[in-house]
Amino acid sequence: MSDVPAPGLARRLDWRRLLPRIIAPVGALLLAALISSVALLISGDDPLSAFSSMVDYGTQPDSVVDILNKSTDYYIAAVAVAIGFRMNLFNIGVDGQYRLATLLSAALGAASFLHGVPGVLRIVLIVVVAMAVGACWAGIAAVLKITRGVSEVISTIMLNYIGGQIVAYLLTTNHLGVQAKGSNDVTTPLLPKDSWVPGIPLIPGSPAQVHGFLIVAVIVGAGYWFVLGRTRFGFDLRASGQNATAAVASGVNARRMVLYAMLLSGGVAGLVGMSQLLGERHAYTSSVGGLGFTAIGIALLGRNSPVGIALASLLWAFLDRSALILDLNDIPKEIITIMQGTTVLAVVVAYELAERLSRRAQQRRVGTVVAEPGTEPAAERSEVHQ
Amino acid sequence: MSTDVAPAAPAAGAGEPLAVQLRGITKRFPGVVANHDIDLSVRRGSIHAIVGENGAGKSTLMKTLYGMHRPDEGEILIDGARVVFHSPQQAINAGIGMVHQHFMLADNFTVLENIVLGAEKLHGIGEAAGRRIREISKQYGLGVDPDALMEDLGVGDRQRVEILKVLYRGARVLILDEPTAVLVPQEVDELFDNLRELTREGLTIIFISHKLHEVLAVADAITVIRRGTTVASVDPREVTARQLATLMVGSELPSPEARESTVTEVPVLSVADLSVHTADGRPLVEDVSFTIHRGEVVGIAGVEGNGQAELVEAIMGMRPSTGTVTLDGADISAWNTRARREAGLGYVPEDRHRQGLLLDAPLWENRMLGHQTEVPNARGWLLSNARARRDTARIVAEYDVRTPGIDVPAGALSGGNQQKLIVGREMSHTPKVLLAAHPTRGVDIGAQAAIWEHIKRARREGMGVLLISADLDELIGLSDTLKVIFRGRFVAEADPATVTPEQLGLAMTGAEESDE
Repeated sequence: MSDVPAPGLARRLDWRRLLPRIIAPVGALLLAALISSVALLISGDDPLSAFSSMVDYGTQPDSVVDILNKSTDYYIAAVAVAIGFRMNLFNIGVDGQYRLATLLSAALGAASFLHGVPGVLRIVLIVVVAMAVGACWAGIAAVLKITRGVSEVISTIMLNYIGGQIVAYLLTTNHLGVQAKGSNDVTTPLLPKDSWVPGIPLIPGSPAQVHGFLIVAVIVGAGYWFVLGRTRFGFDLRASGQNATAAVASGVNARRMVLYAMLLSGGVAGLVGMSQLLGERHAYTSSVGGLGFTAIGIALLGRNSPVGIALASLLWAFLDRSALILDLNDIPKEIITIMQGTTVLAVVVAYELAERLSRRAQQRRVGTVVAEPGTEPAAERSEVHQ
Repeated sequence: MSTDVAPAAPAAGAGEPLAVQLRGITKRFPGVVANHDIDLSVRRGSIHAIVGENGAGKSTLMKTLYGMHRPDEGEILIDGARVVFHSPQQAINAGIGMVHQHFMLADNFTVLENIVLGAEKLHGIGEAAGRRIREISKQYGLGVDPDALMEDLGVGDRQRVEILKVLYRGARVLILDEPTAVLVPQEVDELFDNLRELTREGLTIIFISHKLHEVLAVADAITVIRRGTTVASVDPREVTARQLATLMVGSELPSPEARESTVTEVPVLSVADLSVHTADGRPLVEDVSFTIHRGEVVGIAGVEGNGQAELVEAIMGMRPSTGTVTLDGADISAWNTRARREAGLGYVPEDRHRQGLLLDAPLWENRMLGHQTEVPNARGWLLSNARARRDTARIVAEYDVRTPGIDVPAGALSGGNQQKLIVGREMSHTPKVLLAAHPTRGVDIGAQAAIWEHIKRARREGMGVLLISADLDELIGLSDTLKVIFRGRFVAEADPATVTPEQLGLAMTGAEESDE
């Protein structure tokens, strides 16, 4: 046996690990489509025509813009969840974190004492404040976990409700809200025009523009990849998630790691509402919220990988968008919900299966490469010259 | 050593037919032979002890008998009939019951609920079951109340519930895995009375232990396992603890070469008055002091669970402790684990899966673990993956880690190769002091010799080593100084040049009246 592994061998091994990981989501998607087809058949509709109309509609320029915009939000939210997942922390509180963050930063951005500030600076301020608020809200769960041992699953869910109540309380005309004439909606005051983030006319053939915040989502994704894969902090975080006791033995401060990961997750969560706020509505409206749980599914679907989450976000947004056409064709659009649900379930199961298969293949492979040691403990030192 | 060695029923089981017979059992795990050529004959109605050091292969053997895995070779005979178990359930059906070292009981259930759990079909979950439990309890004198709540019971009672649990399922052969490990001496005596009662009723007990005086006190027959195979079957009335210890640890020393001392006068690690306590104030390590010099291996002998693990974790800064730790002149008592590692503490943990590896991560990431702040793994805040990969390839080659590549997940390697990777990783940062806990446990014989060689080489180059091992040959062969730990304190010192394994074994079991 050669001591230094040949590079070709290593690459082939990589494929052995990668291939099941690609087959798994595709297979799961097919399975989800199959189950949805059955549901369609039961309700008396033709699955093929339903799917083809979905694809037709979903690939029109207007739809593409909408899908990109939606997946921007999904992506950021799912990355926030994934940061926690990578160290076995379940941040279920993304919803509360970004609602509170969006409200407070929207109110600040529109506040009268900032009127003299140039628009770009105001945008930066809004974004920074949103991240800080999200981080603080998530930080509460981290502190509770570190000092009192409270499970972050429970505390972040609770903080969602508390955050919701605080938002409801603040978003009244007595506090941060204003009511436009002839409307029942209470919102924060409109941001000054100079702090609106312009759209990008990315898709030809559509008058609608892609939110400029898409770029931020890309930056978040790149940053996520870089921090986790290329920095010491990322290594510590991944190690903590894979084997907490080994991480501690390697010198990771487990408590500090929980705090940092939670703050980071919350900080990214704070960005979720920004594209809507800065690019579309320009004020906090009561429609903000609800992405936190979807994001968990998307993070699972994307296997916590920056590219995987991007694909999952696009898929999810595509399904959301193409549901609209089903209504017009008198097909119950709930079929999409079924499809989204079965996709997540099937993918999680398929990943687990693929993981086991690939692990077994690896072990077999190692087994064939490594010579069987002698059964006799008194065997000569055969390892000296292998 | 206990002198009141008087088996309650002399020659119990003698002349009885064989209840359990194992012939030529061999069990291999990837890269390791856990058991080979095991022969064991257990007579009905006897207490048969299986003794051996930790890692000798006792548990593997018992798992084979209990159907938790199948042997690669050999056969199992129950009451003379050949059987093949595919699952513990089949073993239970054949009348074999296992009482695990760690109790498997639900605290918030009653005794009855715990016992019927999983065996509801036998007598239901109601009064019929309660009657049966009382019946068994009375028959064997166990004194178990089916209506008591589990959380109100002490350790001894819990163990009796565990025993009753397997009797309830119809066991005729009981395997007890280190049953005395969790008991205080009085409870041990009670347990032994219970066991004798059980054998009087015709049951067979297989008793796994490494505590010699207990084995001598209770067993009717003893089989000794060393390095995965049965080396002797002895009659407890004809053997002394000393002879048993020799059989257990073997006598062939690993490094018969003339010991050239590399010990210098320069202290590199000094530990003074180190104590570790549990959360409720019980001492695990008490006032331990020692000094390791450059080029010196300090070995700590002791039965597992006497504070060795806590001592090492305290020195690594993973466990709160009092006292001072000085590394190469710097007081590191208040430093965190990372700072201590960076200052030159290397660590080979006793449980590599729990503390030493990320099993799902590739080898090159495991090479970074524990040194993720140091060159070649990182520069400042950034990882240098390419350098780490290159260095991993070097470790794989130099330390003979048998793997098809460095992208293989660590979990796919055999134990010996995982351990070589860990040793290679720690040595690559030229530690001032290496804390090595059971560095060759679960490792095949070739890897063992290689790891010893690496430790010796580093010692020659001036590294200090704190060696903890259950393998007395290893301790005596590698150490320059030996200390014996018992209940968290150093109780004896020995010169590895003159001490014998049996003397050491006796000191470890707390038998201070050894004739030295």
